[in-house]
Amino acid sequence: MTTTTAGAPPVLVEQVTRRFGDVTALDDVSLRVDAGEIVGLLGPNGAGKTTLLSLLSGLRRPDSGTVRLFGGDPRDPASRTWLGTTPQETGLPETLKVREVVDFVAGHYASPMPRAEVLARFGLEELVDRQTGGLSGGQRRRLAVALSLVGRPRLVLLDEPTTGLDVEARHVLWEALRDYHRDGATVIVTSHYLEEIEALAERVVVVGGGRVLADDRIDRVLDLVALRRMTLTLPGDATSGRSALHGLDGVQDVVDAVPAVAGTRFTLLAADADAAVRALVAARLPFHALEVRGASLEEAFLALTTRGTTGVGAGVPSPEVSR
Amino acid sequence: MTATTDRAPAPGPRAALRPPLAVAWLHARYQFVETLRVPIAVLGNMLFPGLALLFFVIPQRAVADDPVAATAAVGQLAVFAVLSACLFTHGAGVAEDRALPFDGYLRTLPARPGPRLAGRVLNGLAWAYLSLIPLALIGWLLTAATLTWTQALGAVVMVVAVAVPFTLLGLTIGYSMTTKAALAVTQVTVFPLGFAGGLFLPPQMFPGWLDALSRLLPSRAARDLVVQVTTGADAPAMAVPVLLAWTVAFGALAVWAVRRDEGRRFH
Repeated sequence: MTTTTAGAPPVLVEQVTRRFGDVTALDDVSLRVDAGEIVGLLGPNGAGKTTLLSLLSGLRRPDSGTVRLFGGDPRDPASRTWLGTTPQETGLPETLKVREVVDFVAGHYASPMPRAEVLARFGLEELVDRQTGGLSGGQRRRLAVALSLVGRPRLVLLDEPTTGLDVEARHVLWEALRDYHRDGATVIVTSHYLEEIEALAERVVVVGGGRVLADDRIDRVLDLVALRRMTLTLPGDATSGRSALHGLDGVQDVVDAVPAVAGTRFTLLAADADAAVRALVAARLPFHALEVRGASLEEAFLALTTRGTTGVGAGVPSPEVSR
Repeated sequence: MTATTDRAPAPGPRAALRPPLAVAWLHARYQFVETLRVPIAVLGNMLFPGLALLFFVIPQRAVADDPVAATAAVGQLAVFAVLSACLFTHGAGVAEDRALPFDGYLRTLPARPGPRLAGRVLNGLAWAYLSLIPLALIGWLLTAATLTWTQALGAVVMVVAVAVPFTLLGLTIGYSMTTKAALAVTQVTVFPLGFAGGLFLPPQMFPGWLDALSRLLPSRAARDLVVQVTTGADAPAMAVPVLLAWTVAFGALAVWAVRRDEGRRFH
């Protein structure tokens, strides 16, 4: 039995490793989240986000390291009285009415949020007498997120809260979460949508391959994702092409060079793709088959970690990415 | 990130867990409502023993008009009603619930697993009692079956004694298998146990070898004890030890199945 203390941070994860068979889902992860923060956990599928949340909500235990929730072990139910989570997917009991699901969850807490308030925060008042099986996907999703607040938690964990929602429903949810955060709660939200993290979070923790790749303010991570990925073919070998491309205006990095039919195919990351294209033309490089597209989050993470060695910020443990 | 904010909610004493009984009652209530909302499942369970009485016992007037034989016939079908309610609610029901994402969510709520399980068992018991109502009504109205007040009270208590081992068996099935497997296994368990336990045909009609085998079954022991309580006909001396032994065995299996499931999914 552990004791939860008011002074302890909502989340304290120290050197946690968790494996599933041969797969290392979390590899020596440490993370501290203080009261009142709103943190986005960002990373591709399989990066370890959900595993981390399952450790925080007491569903699983780490293979090594410690996980603390307000100073207590999350596997002890008493430590979870300040925790709010949300059912994954649309897993609600289909035959129960909205009113009943809320009351059922409320029955687990000593002083829950009144049902009317829960429903009002998420615009669900009209649906109170409907069975959850009859709700639309978006309505179910809203109810699922609403359930995370029923116990008046001081820490809310949300795993992909708006997956599959339309724009309007997404904004309703975000507003409700921001409201609750303003009331003083700590919020951790995972997503692989940058937009979602941008709308909600002040601090972003990027995970990939089971590691914390970056832990920084939202604006610094956003700069990275403004990167564009350019591919083009130049005659000649990789070495000569690289040296020609490296110094160009707007080009941040040459990340790949593979032999192609008429020379070498290069992949670049550009902070300013327009400038890079103008520079390519100005340098009279005989390029062809140019493609420009937005860098994927994964590429942004990669860039983030390789730049980490040149000082993007604290919390960048290693440039290693598993995929 | 070490900057702490000062606007965190005023740290008060940690909220206490709800009392275990309140949580057990809460889960029992909502599971009951959930079951109630799928009337087909409910009706099948509730009506089958009553219909069996109506179609197989009532036409045989020699049985139906004899107070002892009629009471025994209602008693053994009552054991079947409890057996099937417990195995279906727990065997098939638990496996279904485990497959739902909502189950994982419930585990993150501040409640221990014990009270939640107790709520589930209470729900199974409630359905066992409800499935006896049509049976008791038909038996009372259309047969010579009679119970004194003491015997009736004894029968009510016996429902629990019969429900415990079959609840534990149901939990074993529900926690150790997938939904499809659990449903199939429940079905192939309920009917052979019912038949060989003398719940459809009285064991007096069994050939010697089947009777000997039957006496080792939990369903037969439960049947003999219920018939003893309701008619006064003595049960074999083995009935109590046999029922207790099965209860202990099913209890051990259920604990094993629950732990194994936790180990697989939540460690």
